[in-house]
Amino acid sequence: MTDFDTLSLWVAVPVGLLLVLGSTLTLLGTVGLVQLKSFYDRLHAPTLGTSWGTAGVLLASILLFSALDGRAVLHELVIGIFLLITTPVTLMLLGRAALHRDRAEKVRGIPPARARGDAGSDG
Amino acid sequence: MLRRLFPHPLLSLLLVIFWLMLVGRPALGSLVMALILATAIPLLTARYWPDQSRLYRPWLLPPYLGLVLVDVIKANFQVARIVLFWPPERIRSAWVAVPVTLTSPEAVSILAGTITMTPGTLTADISADGKVLLVHALHAPDPDALRDEVATRYEARLKRIFEP
Repeated sequence: MTDFDTLSLWVAVPVGLLLVLGSTLTLLGTVGLVQLKSFYDRLHAPTLGTSWGTAGVLLASILLFSALDGRAVLHELVIGIFLLITTPVTLMLLGRAALHRDRAEKVRGIPPARARGDAGSDG
Repeated sequence: MLRRLFPHPLLSLLLVIFWLMLVGRPALGSLVMALILATAIPLLTARYWPDQSRLYRPWLLPPYLGLVLVDVIKANFQVARIVLFWPPERIRSAWVAVPVTLTSPEAVSILAGTITMTPGTLTADISADGKVLLVHALHAPDPDALRDEVATRYEARLKRIFEP
């Protein structure tokens, strides 16, 4: 912990703010996951944590360790890029799986599958 | 010959950059490892990626990413407000069919990913011919406005990047 004693206020304050912002957004995402009513509504909530929730924490980490090491520490960016690619894929898979199930069980209010784009009346 | 060794030059370049960033400090050994990965991975995955994708205006990609990052910030706070303060009966979720005129599969994937990454909207399905995305919106009192926003704000920009 002694490392942090040498940290200047100009680094410590933004790092703290970013950490609080990131973790607050992540927390709100999980609250939404509990509170929202339908499966599809719930799918929206975790994106708070995976977008700027993560971005806040990663930016704080980049700032802090770049300041401590005296060089640009950037491998957090790789975490961000991987999340940016994998999160939408995961959510789209979950959404499609839920749609498939609801269509098979003929749940009301679920749009049917489309074969073609030009037939505007089938949706 | 070079073409056969590196079927996807852009992918190879990205792999080198990613590996060096993961290692964190420059060293000759890491560069050799990065080059091995950049050769092996595209060759091993080439069968699943037969068509060469092409960026016509790659310099427009960074501004697009910037726009998406800012929009994601705004959407974060909107969704946070809905979760925190709104009574559940006020939320108007909607399914919106968004027609897509992009032809490159990579561009459609990026559009779908952008929609999903933005809190509050989620791509849940795509029509069999890839011309319509089915988007679920957490709160969209006016689905037509959302459809137009996707078309003008994101799709038009991607069209300029990926199509001549």
